[in-house]
Amino acid sequence: MNIEIITSDALNVMTLLFMAVTAIAIARIRNLFAVVMLSGIYSLMGATLYVILDAVDVAFTEAAVGAGASTVLMIGTLALTSANENATPNKQTIKALIACTLIGFALVYASFDMPLFGDPNAPIHNHVVPRYLNDSMAEIGLPNVVTSILASYRGYDTMGEAFVIFTAAVGVIALIGRGRREKSANENMADANNVMKRKIVLRVVSKLLIPFILLFGLYVQWHGDFGPGGGFQAGVIFGAAFILYGIIYGLGTLRKALPAWLTRWLMALGVLLYACTGVVSLIKGASFLDYNVLASTPTGGQHIGILLVEFGVGMTVFASIVTIFCAFAGRAAADVNKVSAKQRSAGHD
Amino acid sequence: MIDYAFPGLLNYWIVFLLMMIGLYIVIAHENLIKKIVGLNVFQVSVFVFYISMAKIKGGTAPILADSIEVYSNPLPHVLILTAIVVGVATTALGLALVVRIQESYDTIEDDEIRDIEERSD
Repeated sequence: MNIEIITSDALNVMTLLFMAVTAIAIARIRNLFAVVMLSGIYSLMGATLYVILDAVDVAFTEAAVGAGASTVLMIGTLALTSANENATPNKQTIKALIACTLIGFALVYASFDMPLFGDPNAPIHNHVVPRYLNDSMAEIGLPNVVTSILASYRGYDTMGEAFVIFTAAVGVIALIGRGRREKSANENMADANNVMKRKIVLRVVSKLLIPFILLFGLYVQWHGDFGPGGGFQAGVIFGAAFILYGIIYGLGTLRKALPAWLTRWLMALGVLLYACTGVVSLIKGASFLDYNVLASTPTGGQHIGILLVEFGVGMTVFASIVTIFCAFAGRAAADVNKVSAKQRSAGHD
Repeated sequence: MIDYAFPGLLNYWIVFLLMMIGLYIVIAHENLIKKIVGLNVFQVSVFVFYISMAKIKGGTAPILADSIEVYSNPLPHVLILTAIVVGVATTALGLALVVRIQESYDTIEDDEIRDIEERSD
């Protein structure tokens, strides 16, 4: 038996056990700040596990999204609410424990019908997947099979996902994007109060880092056909660079570099580009999102089509992440100003 | 010869444990942020479940190269990759709702919100 396989299996189980310990800690700790940080760690371990399980594209996404973006959003929410939770009544805890144990055992019972871990003869590997692995090089011409499936074979799904992200961002704008703040005056004041102004190390280091993060985002976007990467990951990485800028230099400065109207337009333009690629192939006489007709050769057409839709996805994801972050941060800035205004007026009295 | 007995079903069982911890957090805790974190725990465990099923022993990442014969299953990777990004977008929507609830009720504890609702009826 191969030593590499043994190590990867051992790492796999150990990472899962670490995740279980983290999850139990999340359930027991009542300081929400610690809970949010632990959930970031939980996601990061998930990303490690995906690398061990050969899902490099997924690991990329989880590391950028789960450990990065969603942790930032949760801390933003904590700033607007409270950082501690009340104790739960014991009766409720016991009921929930019983329910979860029962469901857990039902799942374990069901798992006896499942193929063993790593079995190449499992049904999941034997329907449509051999075709993807064997023929995608001839049909699409890209080495990264995940990209071929994502953008071409299952292009409809991916378009739907891009629209879900767009819709969620619109929902966040509708809920907390506007109202209750007197726009730029507030943002400037929040910037003046920004404690980050005094953290010189963070300011210098972030200034050095941001160009490289952006460059890396571009690499992930355009190299996604050949290595791990693609629009989803690139969008989040690109967004992370701007979020870092916003955290360190303040929301007002971020909005000067990237105005609100621009991110809103990009958000819509991304999904529009995706859908239009489909419409162009319709006009050229093929079915919706069939890229074969976009160039003189089928694989050439596939390359152009995949590049376009991945770019559309990247644009939407990037703009949505930044928009969502700005909505939370803007709300927090308004909150800080309200509180300090209250304190000031109380002082005058 | 490759041995399939380890981890066998153990991988799935630990994933079920993670799922149940997530579910427990969602049912047993009243704090809305904690509930969303619980949903995240559950969500990641479902992702791990899918990716576990996609793994083939001795396989490698599904990026085609001449020297490699066995690839892990790329289809679940695609499904989960998009699900992760959709997950953060919906989490953001949930958190935005929590912020609005805090502003209207001045609390994010589910039982306290219920009390306020009952008193106002």
